[in-house]
Amino acid sequence: MKPTDPAITWLEEKPLGLTERLYLPLFLQGLSTTARHMVSRKVTVNYPEVRPTVGNPLIYRGVHRLNRDDAGRVKCVACFLCATACPAHCIDIVATESPWPDREKYPESFSIDELRCIFCGMCEEACPVDAIELTSLLDLTGKSREEMIFDKEKLLSVYDMTKDAEPMKSKTLAAGGMATFGPAPGLAAGAGGHH
Amino acid sequence: MNLLPSAATLAALVKIGLLVGGLMTAAAYLVLLERWIAAWVQDRRGPNRVGIPLTKIRLFGLGQPLADGLKIILKEDFTPSGVDRVLYNAAPLVILAASLAIFAAIPFGSVLPPLGIPGLPDPVPFLVAPGLDVGVLWVFALSSIAVYGVLLGGWASNNKYGFLGGLRSSAQLVAYEIPLGLGLLGVVLAAGSLRLDTIMNVQAESGVWYAFAQPLGFIVFMVASFAEAARLPFDLPEAEQELVGGYHTEYSGIKLLLFLVAEFLHMITAAFLIVILFLGGWHLWGVTGSSQEIGWIQALLRFGILSGKILGVIVFFMLVRWSWPRFRFDQLMNLAWKVMLPLGLLNLVTVATVEEFRPQLVAALGPGFAGAVAIALPWIACLAGWLVAGVFTPSGTDNTPILTHDPLDIERELAEHERLERSPHIVSPTELAGSR
Repeated sequence: MKPTDPAITWLEEKPLGLTERLYLPLFLQGLSTTARHMVSRKVTVNYPEVRPTVGNPLIYRGVHRLNRDDAGRVKCVACFLCATACPAHCIDIVATESPWPDREKYPESFSIDELRCIFCGMCEEACPVDAIELTSLLDLTGKSREEMIFDKEKLLSVYDMTKDAEPMKSKTLAAGGMATFGPAPGLAAGAGGHH
Repeated sequence: MNLLPSAATLAALVKIGLLVGGLMTAAAYLVLLERWIAAWVQDRRGPNRVGIPLTKIRLFGLGQPLADGLKIILKEDFTPSGVDRVLYNAAPLVILAASLAIFAAIPFGSVLPPLGIPGLPDPVPFLVAPGLDVGVLWVFALSSIAVYGVLLGGWASNNKYGFLGGLRSSAQLVAYEIPLGLGLLGVVLAAGSLRLDTIMNVQAESGVWYAFAQPLGFIVFMVASFAEAARLPFDLPEAEQELVGGYHTEYSGIKLLLFLVAEFLHMITAAFLIVILFLGGWHLWGVTGSSQEIGWIQALLRFGILSGKILGVIVFFMLVRWSWPRFRFDQLMNLAWKVMLPLGLLNLVTVATVEEFRPQLVAALGPGFAGAVAIALPWIACLAGWLVAGVFTPSGTDNTPILTHDPLDIERELAEHERLERSPHIVSPTELAGSR
C-alpha cells in the first residue's frame, strides 16, 4: 500500500490541552482507574475449588462424546466424514456391517486421541447424523498417553455423563436454543454466568 | 583492658540485627505485595497458594516469599565469559552494602521509654547511629554510592544491554540528584537541622507536616525519589522491554537476588525519606504527642504509625507503576532539567523567604495568622510555578528531521531516486551492486 493510497486516513496528533500539560489531573485520573480496579471484582477463578462458568455450552468445544439414539445404540453410522474432516488426524474408526436394519455400517471401534485433538469442532460440523459432539467439559487429564486415547465405550460414557446437563445439540438447536445465542432452556441452571 | 563491649555497643548491635532482619523480611514481603497489587490492578487474584510448607494451610499466599527466595538461591550462579570478574562480583555486594548502610542514619520510630540500663543514655532512640549530626548527608552520600553498584554491574557484565542500563542509570542519577537535593534543602532550612529525628520532632511539635508547608518541595522530592529508586515511570535503567533486564541482564542466582533486594531497599529508603521529611514521621494529630518522655504504648504506637505511613507510600509507589507508562529518555531529562530543577529552586526561594521573615511576620500579624500566611505563600508559589511549568515547558525534545518537502509525495521521491540513479557523481546502490 502506497502512502498516497486514498484508503489511508492520516491523523494529526491533537495538541495537548491545559489539563494534559499540567500532568497532575490526568495522573489522578489514571491513579483512580488503577485504584478502582484494585478493589473491583476479580475475573480469575480459584480453579480447582471454584469451577469456571462456561458461557454457552452449545458453542463450547470441550471433550468429545458419542451420542446414543433413542434405543440406546451408538448413533454413529461409520461414514468417516469426521475422520476426513479432522485436521489433526486424531479420529480412528473401524467400520463393520451393521446388525441393525436402519443403517448399513456402524463403528466396531471408534477412538479419538484427545492429546492430538485441537478441539476445532470440525468433526461435529461434518457429522451427518449428529453423533459426535463436543461437550463443555473443560478439564481433561490423564496419567498416560494411552489413557488419553478415548475409545468408543469411553466416548459413550461421556455422553451418559453429560446427557442430562447438555441435551443433544440437534434437539436443542431445533428448539431454538441457538437462535438467541443464549443457553438452552434446559441448561439455564447449569450455565448461570452467561452474559 | 576491658574487652567486653559496652552497653551502647550492644544496643547498637541489637538495633542493627533487628533492622537488617526486618528490612530483609520487608523486602521479601514487598515482592509479594508488588505481585499482589499488580494482580489486583489487572483484575487477577495474584499469588494465593503457598502457605506453610508441607501442610495444606495457605494463609493467602504468605509463604510465597520463602518459595521465591529458595528458588532463586538454588538457581545456578552463572558467570558469562568476558566479564570483569572482580567488578562483576563486587557490584551486587556494593549495592546491597550501601543500601543497608543507609539505614544507620534513618530513624525507624521515636524513642523507647527509659530502660535504666547502666552505661546506656536514656531515652533510647530508634536509630542505629543516634549521635550522627549529618544524618541527611550520610543518607544521600550512601544512596549515591549504591548507584555505583548499578554502574559496576552494567560495565563489568560485558553486555550491551547491561552497559546501556548502567549508562542510563548514571545519567538519570546526575539529573535527579539535583531536584532531590533541592526538595530536601527546603526541609533542612525550615527545620534547621540535618538530623532526621530532629526534623520529625520539629514537625511533631508544630503539627504542620512539611508536605503542607512546602507542597512544591514535596512534589519535587517525590518525583525525584521515584527516579532515584528507578521505579516506574522512571525505570529506564532496567526497562525490560528495551534492555532485557538492564544492568542485571547477565546476573543470575544469588547475585541477582542481591540486586533485586537492593532495588526494594531503595524503594523502602525512598518511602522512609518521604515520610520522615514531608509526612511528619511518627506524628499523627491527636494520637501521638510531641513529647520525648513517653511510655511503652506511646513508643510502640509511634513505631506503628511510622511503619503504616511507609507502607502507604510504598503502596502508592506500586500503584503508580500500573497507572503511568514509562517516560522516554528525552522526556525524563526534560522533566529533570526544565521542570523539576526550576520548581525546586522556586520552592527553595519561597521557603528561604518565609523563614527569613517569619519573626517579622509573627511580630506584625500575631503567631496564628503569621502561620497561616507562612503556609499560604508556598501554596501560591506552588500553583503559580506548576501552571507556568505546565504551560511553557516542552514535554519532550523534538528530534524529528526538518523536512524540506512532503514525505508522502511519492512522485517526488521517485523523481529524486531517478535523478540519483542518473547522476554521474553519485554511485547509487543499484550501480554498486551491478558492478560487482
